[in-house]
Amino acid sequence: MATTAWLILLFPLAGTIVIGLGFKVWSARLVGTIGTLAIAAAFVCAVLTTISLQDRGEEQRQVVFTAWDYVVTVGVDAKLAILVDPLSMFMALVVTGVSTLIHLYSVAYLSGDRGYARFFAYLNFFVFSMLVLVLASNFLLFIVGWAFVGAASYLLISFWYRRTTATAAGIKAFVINVLGDVGLVLGTFFIFKHSGTVDFLGTFANASNDFTKGDADLTAGCILLLVGAFAKSAQIPLHTWLPDAMEGPTPVSALIHAATMVTAGVYLIARFHTLFELAPAAADVGAIVGALTLLVAGTIGLVVTDLKRVIAYSTMSQIGYMVMAVSAGAYVAGLFHLMTHAFFKALLFMAAGSVISAMGGEQNLDRMGGFKKAMPFTYGCFIIGGLALAGVPPFSGFFSKDDILLVMGEEGGWHWVLYAVGYVGAFLTAIYTWRMIFRAFWGEPVEQARELEHGHLYHAPEPFNPANGEIEDTDVGFPGPEHHIAERALTMKAAMAALAVLACVGGIVLVPHTTTWLETFLEPTFADSTIHPAENDSLLVVGLVLGAVLALGGIFIAYTVWVRRPGTSAQWQARFSGLHKLFINKWYFDEAIDFLIVRPAAWFGRWGQQTFERVFVNGTLVGGTSGIVRAGSAAVRAAQSGFLRAYAALLLLGVVAVGLYFLIQSA
Amino acid sequence: MSIDWFLIVSALVFCIGAGGVLTRRNPLVVLLCLELMLNAANIALIAFSRMWGNIDGQVFAIIVMVVAACEVCIGLGLVVAIYRRRLPIDVDELRELQG
Repeated sequence: MATTAWLILLFPLAGTIVIGLGFKVWSARLVGTIGTLAIAAAFVCAVLTTISLQDRGEEQRQVVFTAWDYVVTVGVDAKLAILVDPLSMFMALVVTGVSTLIHLYSVAYLSGDRGYARFFAYLNFFVFSMLVLVLASNFLLFIVGWAFVGAASYLLISFWYRRTTATAAGIKAFVINVLGDVGLVLGTFFIFKHSGTVDFLGTFANASNDFTKGDADLTAGCILLLVGAFAKSAQIPLHTWLPDAMEGPTPVSALIHAATMVTAGVYLIARFHTLFELAPAAADVGAIVGALTLLVAGTIGLVVTDLKRVIAYSTMSQIGYMVMAVSAGAYVAGLFHLMTHAFFKALLFMAAGSVISAMGGEQNLDRMGGFKKAMPFTYGCFIIGGLALAGVPPFSGFFSKDDILLVMGEEGGWHWVLYAVGYVGAFLTAIYTWRMIFRAFWGEPVEQARELEHGHLYHAPEPFNPANGEIEDTDVGFPGPEHHIAERALTMKAAMAALAVLACVGGIVLVPHTTTWLETFLEPTFADSTIHPAENDSLLVVGLVLGAVLALGGIFIAYTVWVRRPGTSAQWQARFSGLHKLFINKWYFDEAIDFLIVRPAAWFGRWGQQTFERVFVNGTLVGGTSGIVRAGSAAVRAAQSGFLRAYAALLLLGVVAVGLYFLIQSA
Repeated sequence: MSIDWFLIVSALVFCIGAGGVLTRRNPLVVLLCLELMLNAANIALIAFSRMWGNIDGQVFAIIVMVVAACEVCIGLGLVVAIYRRRLPIDVDELRELQG
């Protein structure tokens, strides 16, 4: 078990190194095979580790393996150690499983790109970082994984580095992620101050002795941890990087910005649930922010016209559900949604990638339409993903979303607000998801769709950047001209089909009153949880019916607005122009952050450069020091005459002077 | 015999040597004068050794001789090198290393 657990980490690392060192030597086919096999091997190891973990008694299902100690001294126990428990294995399975399929998809999707080997090296590095994050058994390793993931995300968002929009998006994501890293590190300090250990299990075991419930330091620490979680999981107000991150290649969006990395914040809250239960104020902050995010993102998703950004806002909204769930104590439900979301959202992104390649790189929904006949397979994937995302029974999203909202309802109190918000969000989800599907696949086929129906693929006359219409530099670092493959490649179809099946049946692991597999599996990790709301069967029935009705109602509204009466959306835009403006400008979050933080910081920087640095640092500190040194050395330089005899005389005089001094002293 | 006489001789030789180092410009003579200074120290060392009936001073004197021999080797080597390059044999002219 120890060997397989370490191999989960080592395979992706080996993949990165082998591909990264040999990127000039290996052929594209070999690189793709190595990359995909490395992750598939990690998945197999994760399965084997999980099986041997299940063989143990329920009390012994939290195992730490230590490779070596970095520092073990008074109070600090920094070790390279991994924690194997149901939660970390659950995450490792989701990460490696979905990653394997996305690697498979990328093998075809990126063929023809000149950065092929670079892409796979980055992608393997990302998987390695994410696995470090989920397997870490202490705060230090966790922070390392957390920061690595941010770096990998930066590298992949700005993968097409000749696009100025892509590099800007990469920088934005990295800066916001580093802000989260800082929150995480500071939060760790607050907790370490009282616990005296960086080890997870040690911290959790003594948490109730080290902290009283509602302890101020613990609350501050947990809120700082939440800052980290919000930055990584794109929650308000640190969410602005996620829509921009869609500049990366579509497999990256599917893997990092939908299925795995952005769920790290959810994992963080679930992992530290012992601490969050002792700091209810911090947990409430998480729940409220999650609820706000799911609403705000849902409303933006209704109006955005960029295909990938619709899915990005939907991701934000779904992660809002998860953050809300795990903050409010619905750990199993939150993680259940994390898993099903990974399946159907990765599927939707892959299908979107297929549509985008058919459009020759164009991502604007306004220019799409009628792809139903041209791409039946992609259409099918979109339908399945859309049904699962909207929460139509019996697709996976239906069970996971309703499980979250059921726990919210069972907890009662002010959690009823979250319950209501969740259902409003579910309604919005159904509308915007199906708006996207109807607009891209129904209606009059556009030129690209007609061309594809006749069997050839549309190519833009000149490669251009869909974000700002710039003509692209055709050197390295841009999606190559032969990069478009639509849905023709077998590996793409295989990956999409596997995810489609999972999105259909993924809900089976936790069907109310039928299966409790996921709950039983995760039980050892959450055994110490104190939140056990009473089960309420009537609420369960109401929730399931309400969920199904809202999902179908949302789809029906989308059908009415965008298919049956095509003019309706324009009418509504005119009637609610204020609201539409608010949504299309993303609630002015970018502008507010720009006004409140970026501009004051830039002004302070200019002031620092022009006034403080020029006058004080350059003039006084540096100028003063160098002036003193220069004057001193000018005086000493005069003594350096080069006359040997003068030196000898000075030496002699000096010795005589010292001798005289001692003579006088002793007399 | 009193130690004073030995010390007076030593001091005289040392001063002659120091005066020579300071006043003469020929490197050969400067080296000779340095030898004088070192040997003045040797005289003092051996005198003290005799006074205390202790052999340490003589050991020091031998070490000083060894050092002196090394120094003369290098010094004479430099003088020969300067001569071969037809440079002026004058310590005041050799001042390229000035600051």
